[in-house]
Formats: sequence, C-alpha cells, structure tokens
Amino acid sequence: MQNKSEWELIIIGAGPAGMTAAIYAGRKQLDTLVITKDVGGQALWSYKIENYPCFTFITGAQLVERFQEHLQNFGVRIEYTSVVRLSREAETFAVDTEDSRRFFAHSVIISSGKSPRQLNVPGEMEFLGKGVAYCATCDAPLFAGKNVAVIGGGNSGLDAAAQLIKICPKVYIIEIQDDLQADKVIQDNVSRADNVEVLTSTEVKEIRGDNFVRSIVVRNVQSGKVDELQVEGVFIEIGLVPNSDFVRDLLPLNERGEIPVDCSTCTGIPGLYAAGDVTDVPHKQIICAAGDGAKAALSAYSYLVRRPSPSPNDK
Amino acid sequence: MAAKNVVVYSTPTCPYCIQVKEYLKSKNIPFTDYNVASDIEARNAMVQKSGQLGVPVIEIDGQIVVGFNRNKLDELLS
Repeated sequence: MQNKSEWELIIIGAGPAGMTAAIYAGRKQLDTLVITKDVGGQALWSYKIENYPCFTFITGAQLVERFQEHLQNFGVRIEYTSVVRLSREAETFAVDTEDSRRFFAHSVIISSGKSPRQLNVPGEMEFLGKGVAYCATCDAPLFAGKNVAVIGGGNSGLDAAAQLIKICPKVYIIEIQDDLQADKVIQDNVSRADNVEVLTSTEVKEIRGDNFVRSIVVRNVQSGKVDELQVEGVFIEIGLVPNSDFVRDLLPLNERGEIPVDCSTCTGIPGLYAAGDVTDVPHKQIICAAGDGAKAALSAYSYLVRRPSPSPNDK
Repeated sequence: MAAKNVVVYSTPTCPYCIQVKEYLKSKNIPFTDYNVASDIEARNAMVQKSGQLGVPVIEIDGQIVVGFNRNKLDELLS
C-alpha cells in the first residue's frame, strides 16, 4: 500500500476543487490518490469569506478545515509533494513529482489552482522570507514598526496596505499603471491615512539588502527617474498565475496559461479533467471551484466505469 | 522515548500557522506556541534562529522548520 504507484484516479491539488473532487471520488469508492503541496489552496488565504452558503462568516482556514474533516471521512490517501510533469504513457497517465517519484492513473483531475505572480526582479527570490512576502495575512504583523512597500495597486494590494498602515510608520504603494486599480471604496479607506505614499507609473527594478531587505529601487516609467526607498518589507500583490506549467506539453493553454475545459470539465483528452482556478472558467470563486470539482469527479467516474478493459477494479 | 521539545512561532491570522497547530494537536504532540505578532522578544528569537521574517517557524529539539512542511515535521518528530 505504502509504495503503490498505480491508481484509478489521481487528483492534483487540494484546494476547494480538488478536495470536493476527492470527496465525490471517495464516495464513489474510486481508488483515488491526491497529490498536493498543501491543503486549502488560495481559499486558505482569505481572511473573510461571506459568500459560501451555510456560513454567514467563516475564515479561509476554518472553511478549509471543514473540507478536510469531510474528506478524511472517506480515507482518501494524500501525498504531500509537487507535481512537475503530467504525461501520457500508453493507455495511462504518468505523474512525476518534485521528489522524483512517478505515479500512474487511468484518469486524472487537474485542480492545481493559482499562485502569486512574481515580480521577476533581482533580489526577489534571495530575500523571500527575509522581507519579501506574498501573504500579508500571514506575515504583516512581523513588520510592525518598519517601513514597508506594497507592490500592486489592485484590491489585494490595497487590502495588504490596509493591514500595514495600522502598524507601520510608512507604507508605500507602488503601481506600474497610471492609476490604482482597486475598488474605489477600498482606495478611499487606505489613501486617507497620512502614513501612505502612493507611487503610480512606477516599476520596481531591484530589491536590496544584507541578511534582510533594506531598500527597493524604483523607476518612474514616464520620467525615467530612479529612486531608492528605504524599506524592510516588500509585499508583492500583483495577481496570480495558474499552476499549469507541468501540463504544458500535454494540453493547449489559453493566453493566460489556463486550461480550457467544457461544461463537464473535460480537457479534450479522454480521462483528463480540470477544475477550479487553473481552468478558463470565468468566475474564480470557492463555490464555483467546489462545484467544478464535483463535476470533474463525476466525469472521471463515468469515464472509468465505461473503459472497456482492463476493468478499473482488477489490479 | 523522551517527548520532543516542540515550539511554534506564529501569528493569529496566518492560516498555515493554524494548520501546523491543528496538525500537531491531531498527533497529540504538545507544543509551546509564541504569538510573534505581539511577543516582540519571541519574534526576535525566531528571526535570530531561523533567519526568516515569515511564519510559521517550528523548532523541534533545536532544529528549525520554516513553513508548514508535513514531510519534514514527520521526519523530525519520528
């Protein structure tokens, strides 16, 4: 059992889509393995969820715990690692993981979600966890008393800034466009604070420091003027990218890197389904991801029971 | 086997911190939890030991784990 490498169904990722798919697959008694780096996906990062039915208010962490409890009832096995490649191998799918293991399945559901977009500037990776952060909900309190910069003037950037203005002497908001992109109501709340300085039409060129971040180099994209801001924290909030690199050789992706699916979550390859934020569905919501996860598991079930041979149960 | 000395450095809002603590509880492993959002002394100790300004940081008999890494925690706890 421990070293079993062949499964009827492998689910990649355990956010709301993957966990719901696993619950449905567990109930259908499919021989299922979930491969994921962590449990909860982006849902975990939401501090306040007020639109998931049955909960007038719940935190992301609490909602994920409920999903997990529900999933544990079905005894579905989870391997905690990242998938680096998904490929076709004769009649099955091969899943390669970052710890150099290989798993096989007759059907696969991709529910790998999205990750924070990186700036791709010098110093970003070097100072990750040493002043560079992507999760303000996690790390903002550690920057109390320090000057910080938030990169990105969208809703998530301004949400991060709203947490930081309460505890930091100075908060820069850096936006590459001419205007902040966040909703007006959030903008008004943040820009009213006297410790906020908004720099629009500004790009980040470099993050500098010693053992920790000490400054960032910024450039005004209109005037070309370069400046160095003394900050010890850099919160990067410039959107999300789909975790679809591992499938690039197998499936066509859209211009955003998302996996196109039809209304039954089919990818176009028989036996291969995708659900949640990694797909091209228009609304990236927890409830939609959960619903698509259910559809994907039911589609996989229909596929597996109709496979001519060998029967899914004859291993 | 002597019980391991387990310390968690966390903030109240960090979801991975909540997950780490739930995980340890589910395995009946006692631990000391420092809220580094308010406890500045603990925050400094965490930064010094881990070289990190990010949570969660877990210390198991002097060994440091950054982030909720189940496989690593299992290895150090076994």
